[in-house]
Amino acid sequence: MQIYLPIAEVSVNIFLLLGLGGLVGVLSGMFGVGGGFLMTPLLFFIGIPPAVAVATGANQIVASSFSAVLAHFRRRAVDLRMGTVLLIGGLIGAGFGVMLFNYLKALGQVDLLVTLFYVVFLGIIGALMFVESLRAIRRTRRGGPVAKRKKHTWIQKLPLKMRFRTSGLYISVIPPVLVGMAVGVLAAIMGVGGGFIMVPAMIYLLGMPTKVVVGTSLFQIIFVAAFTTMLHATTSHIVDVVLALFLLVGGVVGAQFGTQIGARMKAEQLRILLAILVLAVCAKLGLDLLLKPGEVFSISEILPS
Amino acid sequence: MAALIATVLALPLAAEEVVLGLSRNSIAIDTTFDGSEILLFGAIKREEAIPPSELGIVVAIAGPSQPLDVRRKERRFGIWVNVDAVEVDSAPSFYAVATSGPWSQVLSQVEDLRHKISIPRAIRSVGAPGGVVDAQSFTDAVIRIREQSGAYLIREGAVELREQTLFQTSIDLPANLTEGDYVTRIFLTRNGSVVSKYETIIDVRKVGLERWLFELSRENAVLYGLMSLAIAIGAGWGASAVFRLLRQG
Repeated sequence: MQIYLPIAEVSVNIFLLLGLGGLVGVLSGMFGVGGGFLMTPLLFFIGIPPAVAVATGANQIVASSFSAVLAHFRRRAVDLRMGTVLLIGGLIGAGFGVMLFNYLKALGQVDLLVTLFYVVFLGIIGALMFVESLRAIRRTRRGGPVAKRKKHTWIQKLPLKMRFRTSGLYISVIPPVLVGMAVGVLAAIMGVGGGFIMVPAMIYLLGMPTKVVVGTSLFQIIFVAAFTTMLHATTSHIVDVVLALFLLVGGVVGAQFGTQIGARMKAEQLRILLAILVLAVCAKLGLDLLLKPGEVFSISEILPS
Repeated sequence: MAALIATVLALPLAAEEVVLGLSRNSIAIDTTFDGSEILLFGAIKREEAIPPSELGIVVAIAGPSQPLDVRRKERRFGIWVNVDAVEVDSAPSFYAVATSGPWSQVLSQVEDLRHKISIPRAIRSVGAPGGVVDAQSFTDAVIRIREQSGAYLIREGAVELREQTLFQTSIDLPANLTEGDYVTRIFLTRNGSVVSKYETIIDVRKVGLERWLFELSRENAVLYGLMSLAIAIGAGWGASAVFRLLRQG
């Protein structure tokens, strides 16, 4: 069954869209990532113009994240206080990020810089996470006690301490604000919600429990994605609500299944799967840079401004 | 005097004229739109006997034009990066040409240049920035990429010509059709030069829900954005509520 999308101006199969939305929704519910890094290339592959894919993907992320975060709320696995602190940092960071992005654009080569940034960043995060969770899994297999992850001692010494009850933390607000800002800058430059950078940062830098991290990450992704959607809708008019509708129907259902799968898994298993996902995206982007493309030319329409 | 001579010389050119019929002169894009076929048929009206020279028909349909950025990747320090960029001033979003015979026989180079009929002529590119020496390869890339995606079509010999009088052809419009005026031109040629030309417009418009959403997204962008978000939040909440009921029940 085909449907013509009013903004993307292409005709696509409805069931394909439902399936795509569902797949990304499952990942979203499991790992607390928005899934934009996966959705955008998939939409591009089925013939949606890239700009429409990015903007509409943001709208779909709002839906699947909202669906998933409600499930996490019921499980009391959302740290609202931490989420808000991260969000404040994130919004400040996104402001800087947009300025930096425009500056890089004026220099040219912004695409390359983004991709290089991505590859290096994802490679490091993915590899560290992979090694760490592999060790954790081996330790539990041997039946030894689950070792507490090392807490950074210098973080404990910072002022402005705040109690984050859901995460079981009593730390300074400076590191979460900085993490939020850093992710905000990256998200604005790379055009993604930043979930899969945020999740490892919360686990390893802030020392939050993995189960709380997923819900809290989703909580702040909702706001970032909603903001992005409004920005795209009002400035470039490229959000396709019909496309979003079919994606998000799949997405919200997938997100519910994803949360259930996530809840049944051990924290270190969840971490190692996310590490593999991050490494796979990294490898794909890296190969794109290294291998000769099938077509060295690319076309993009110049939007009337 | 000169004007008189010109009129006399021009007279035999108008001796043959194209009369055209279209299976439809407007296309409505609704939610179920999945491509469309346009049937063009017509006749050649003449007041005298059929001239002995070779007759040709060329049909060209052009979608709305837009400027394009064309980039080329090159290997630098081991990785593939966009190095050169050329702005193509105007390229049609859709272009189809059908002829009644081999290209070189139905249309001369000069006439192609004058009427901008073939695909390379239909694309306008003023010039490349300094440093890009082979600007032509960028235009060629646009044609190659769009031919592969089905947006540009060349159908040599696809126009059926009967008794040097009646002709017909059909052109497939793809599912990813852009809204706008599709300029349809029919050229009647004798020995490769154009003797008569007919031009009409096929109106491609979104209708119903498609029209309403498209206009809302342009004219009331804030409302449209809020509506998109409301749908997203509503669906997210709905799915969560349904799943909770399912688990309890």
